[in-house]
Amino acid sequence: MSYDKFIDLTSTAVPLPIENVDTDQIIPARFLKATERVGFGDNLFRDWRYDENNNIKENFVLNNKSYSGKILIAGKNFGSGSSREHAAWAIYDYGFRCVISSFFADIFRNNCLNIGVLPVQISPIFLEKIFQAVHEKPQTNINVNLKKQKVSIVDIELSENFEINEYKKNNMLNGFDDIDYLLEMKDSIIEFSKNSPI
Amino acid sequence: MSKTLFDKVWDAHVVKRIKNGPDVLFIDRHLVHEVTSPVAFLGLQNRKLDVLFPDKTFATADHNTPTKNQNLPIKDPLSAKQLQTLKLNSKKHKIPFWGLGHKKNGIVHVIGPENGITLPGATIVCGDSHTSTHGAFGAIAFGIGTSEVEMVLTTQCVLQPKPKKMRIIINGKLNNYVTPKDVALYIISKISTSGATGHFVEYSGDVFEAMSMEGRMTVCNLSIEMGARGGMIAPDKKTINYIRDREFTPKGDAFLKLLKYWNSLKTEKDATFDREYVFEGDKIEPMITYGTNPGMGTSISDGIPYSKDLNVNKETFLKSLNYMNYSEGDDLIGKKIDYVFLGSCTNGRIEDFRQFANFVKGKKKCPSVTAWLVPGSHNVHNEIINEGIFDILTNSGFEIREPGCSACLAMNEDKIPSGKYVVSTSNRNFEGRQGPGARTLLASPIVAAAAAITGKITDPRIF
Repeated sequence: MSYDKFIDLTSTAVPLPIENVDTDQIIPARFLKATERVGFGDNLFRDWRYDENNNIKENFVLNNKSYSGKILIAGKNFGSGSSREHAAWAIYDYGFRCVISSFFADIFRNNCLNIGVLPVQISPIFLEKIFQAVHEKPQTNINVNLKKQKVSIVDIELSENFEINEYKKNNMLNGFDDIDYLLEMKDSIIEFSKNSPI
Repeated sequence: MSKTLFDKVWDAHVVKRIKNGPDVLFIDRHLVHEVTSPVAFLGLQNRKLDVLFPDKTFATADHNTPTKNQNLPIKDPLSAKQLQTLKLNSKKHKIPFWGLGHKKNGIVHVIGPENGITLPGATIVCGDSHTSTHGAFGAIAFGIGTSEVEMVLTTQCVLQPKPKKMRIIINGKLNNYVTPKDVALYIISKISTSGATGHFVEYSGDVFEAMSMEGRMTVCNLSIEMGARGGMIAPDKKTINYIRDREFTPKGDAFLKLLKYWNSLKTEKDATFDREYVFEGDKIEPMITYGTNPGMGTSISDGIPYSKDLNVNKETFLKSLNYMNYSEGDDLIGKKIDYVFLGSCTNGRIEDFRQFANFVKGKKKCPSVTAWLVPGSHNVHNEIINEGIFDILTNSGFEIREPGCSACLAMNEDKIPSGKYVVSTSNRNFEGRQGPGARTLLASPIVAAAAAITGKITDPRIF
């Protein structure tokens, strides 16, 4: 099963300069009851976007019309907590294709990579520069070039490289998924199972 | 090169190393629950594939289940549909299924060890971050996302880069009223919620050796709260005695053969770790959290620290205290609480109920406190009755509910109301984790018991 390819993205960005944003904030557990992958974007950051009477909270960044785009810029340790892939689905369904932060929680990072959202980890200093540029001018374009492994603040020509392993990079560039890869080696997996220690 | 416990188990499960990529890791045990599996099963349907090894797969319902009147139909249609979907998927793919009402039903991380599904030296995954619990047996156990659940259902493998290695050593002896939960909260308060990200942790030293299997499970369970992929403790006699003769534990020659493998699962003397921390057991006091991540914890008698004294982002720290309606420098002892929750995959085992009951024995629950005591499984519930704990708790004014994840994650009916304070033995104090607007104070079963008696945050050592 393939997902959208990720090659090169230029977009404005939404800044969320809060640290340790956990998956319960990204999507609260009460919205995990679905048995299909539909409608999660509506509940992205639900309790930060809406109050208990479902009124819009004006001061939250997703409700601020100045900011939009396919890139979410987030504070350190984004996606900590639960393994719920629903968090990555909510980010994708809302329309983001890339999350930039100085640090990601492990499971969340994997989940993003598995559905075609690119997690880009950059230095705290460069993250600060992006936050500053986007705050000063919300129309600032950010370019993420996966082939070159490079993030740039387009208008001021500042950039930084990021890491991603070759295998995952190739998957993202081509929209390949891990299951197709594993299915091709099914025979050797079955052979291995006969000698597994447990 | 000398190997660590983690290296030994990991390397024994690598089917293939992808150049400049992850390892293909074979999975011995796959635990499945209702919330993170339906979309994975849909994926199988779309690809027209079956489960490759149904006999290595086990399903239970726990997150989305009520903890009262489990014999009655589920009220919420979405919850009912999710539970029914798991039942149908398990049946279709011939996976053992211990749903609501089954005598083995319970929280996935409680029933795995209880039934001998969890074994030392195994690789264990589940679509749940607290899968790290099973590391207490010297297994490599970690949480996965739904795409990976589908991956394991269809191929019994996951693709994972080998994590870095961390060792946390705690020697010495724990003080009275200090439990495994306090040990874990202490570590997280020292290294932060991202301190072990990218790493697999091995816990070693006197404190972990002296711990019961239940205590080890509590510590390994909370590995994810320090950001770790998982945590593990080398199997010893206690581990082997625990798993011997359980339903799914291999018997006879198969057991003896495994024993040989299990006895080899020790970190070699010269083996190295990417990071190492050493703490002293007798420095740890009863802990409690005051903020909205598990790293915001302190000794109960110390009060809330000032952001200037911590290496934290001040804005994030104050946002967190604002949610709790607390201020920097506040005393914690004496603060009023409304709810107490004993349970979850962190502290829902028999030892946790013993500790709680020992403390409240002969005392009465504070009338203003609502207490939810939720066993991790039917098996734990039976032990509570058989050991006389049920009577102690009832005499003190407490009621025992039916097993499930309950108020840990505010997904089922058990939610803490907005603005209320709950002393909770669970694992996460995130904003809204236990209900929209709910304010969570994470603590041990003993600290929870003390709060249930007084209606305030209370140092259990003063009794």
